Amino acid sequence: MTLKGKAYIAGAYEHPTRHAPDKSTALLHAESALGALADAGLSLSDVDGYFCAADAPGANPLWMADYLNLRLRWLDGTDAGGCSYLTHVAHATAAIAAGHCDVALVTLAGRPRSEGVSIGVNPRAAAPDRPDEPWETAFRPNIAGVYGLFARRHMLQYGTTAEQMAWVKVSASRHAQHNANAFLPKVVTVEDVLNSPVIADGIHRLDCCVITDGGGALVLVKPEIARSLSRPLVRVIGTGETVWTQDGGYGDITRTGAEVSGPAAFAEAGVTPADIQYASIYDNFTIMVLMQLEGLGFCAPGAAGRFAAEGNLIAGSGRLPWNTDGGGLCNNHPANRGGMTKVIEAVRQLRGEAHPAVQVPGCGLALACGPGRVLGSGHGHATVILERE
Amino acid sequence: MTDTPTAADAIAAQAASHPEIRPFWQAAAEGRFVLAFCTACGKPHWYPRAICPLCGHGGIEWRPASGRGTIYSVSVLRRANPPYALAYVTLEEGPTMMTNIVDCDLDELAIGQPVKVALRRQSTGLTVPMFTPQ
Ligand SMILES: [Zn+2]
Repeated sequence: MTLKGKAYIAGAYEHPTRHAPDKSTALLHAESALGALADAGLSLSDVDGYFCAADAPGANPLWMADYLNLRLRWLDGTDAGGCSYLTHVAHATAAIAAGHCDVALVTLAGRPRSEGVSIGVNPRAAAPDRPDEPWETAFRPNIAGVYGLFARRHMLQYGTTAEQMAWVKVSASRHAQHNANAFLPKVVTVEDVLNSPVIADGIHRLDCCVITDGGGALVLVKPEIARSLSRPLVRVIGTGETVWTQDGGYGDITRTGAEVSGPAAFAEAGVTPADIQYASIYDNFTIMVLMQLEGLGFCAPGAAGRFAAEGNLIAGSGRLPWNTDGGGLCNNHPANRGGMTKVIEAVRQLRGEAHPAVQVPGCGLALACGPGRVLGSGHGHATVILERE
Repeated sequence: MTDTPTAADAIAAQAASHPEIRPFWQAAAEGRFVLAFCTACGKPHWYPRAICPLCGHGGIEWRPASGRGTIYSVSVLRRANPPYALAYVTLEEGPTMMTNIVDCDLDELAIGQPVKVALRRQSTGLTVPMFTPQ
């Protein structure tokens, strides 16, 4: 069964905070939920399906369902890391198509900034019963170092350069200057990126995304409800998800699950990369954007660096306007899980509600995608394609 | 009370949550670097599992590895004090593993460089496979 057109995104909300020391994670979820429901013209009592990942207080959506006093027929706590919310768009669409629920709420929130989480510098902790834990923790992999490994291998294999990677940040910063809520609204140059300190070989400080508190939420509804609401009609026409394993030690770290989730979403939608007018691509690190552009088929393997350096990601002049809110690199990376904001900006573009300086004229077809967890040790990847009806 | 657990304590602690990989840590404590080879498809995999992730066969054999490999990628964590090298090393036997490169000039490390295993006792009491330039 195809999910094409079986659900609409009727509400989307990005929490404006980037630092919330006086709010609990549960409150940030709730404020995001209410924001998205208000955007849709619906209320908590309309919600009968709820989707939330391990960013939920207690790492289980049950507690937030109780906090919000939801009356549910369907609950999904799938956690695939930062791409969970892209996955939830697909799962909510499937649940609506199957009649399991009519109004699906998806929420994300977190406060890593207030909690002083130095994600980029300190080695990552892993639960002791994780099967890969004994084979990673001893080597102190921190997130910047791991992405440094991907960047350096990509550079060796394809000739990708630090300058090309820097163009990804430059492109994001050109967009962020128009976003009043952006954490880093200042326009930067390639030189700024290359002159910023090397965090790990292959990764400058400005190749990294921001760490912010915040949240976001989406409301998906069945077609009949979407048409009854006074909002532009944005429908889900293609979805894809995967887990890209480390393949018993025989994997290639220059490749990502975008090679699986992208083609699945394009096939369901019946469109090709050339048809996409706007793309939200998860940008935890600049190299990750290049790797996904290649995996999705926007560029041949090894060609994304040149594509970015030619200015193609910049709205108004480039061939593929991308992350027009400033993305995780400059705007917002709430809870260190950027999949949610990818969907939200795609919805803004399709509704014509992006900032006029970055709005794609007549945007009718948008893609949002991202990875979850960490490449190299088994990561999730999800892609959704949305259409303005 | 000791600050550094004994090797036996550390192996027991590891085996409490991952009993099937105890032979790896026992061998490492004795100065041997072993790999899990599948008894059906014959291939070694990394990280070690008691069921072969390549063919699903439920039988492995711990065999001594050559300890030789090449750097598949390497990144020095410049902000750490002291800086250290995180790497992927492709073993002569085939699979690629995350590790650290030690006893080296961090600025001289390069992808493709030959390395050999250097088993290192950790503060946890476990002996883990790191690598050093050949
Ligand atoms: Zn096998």
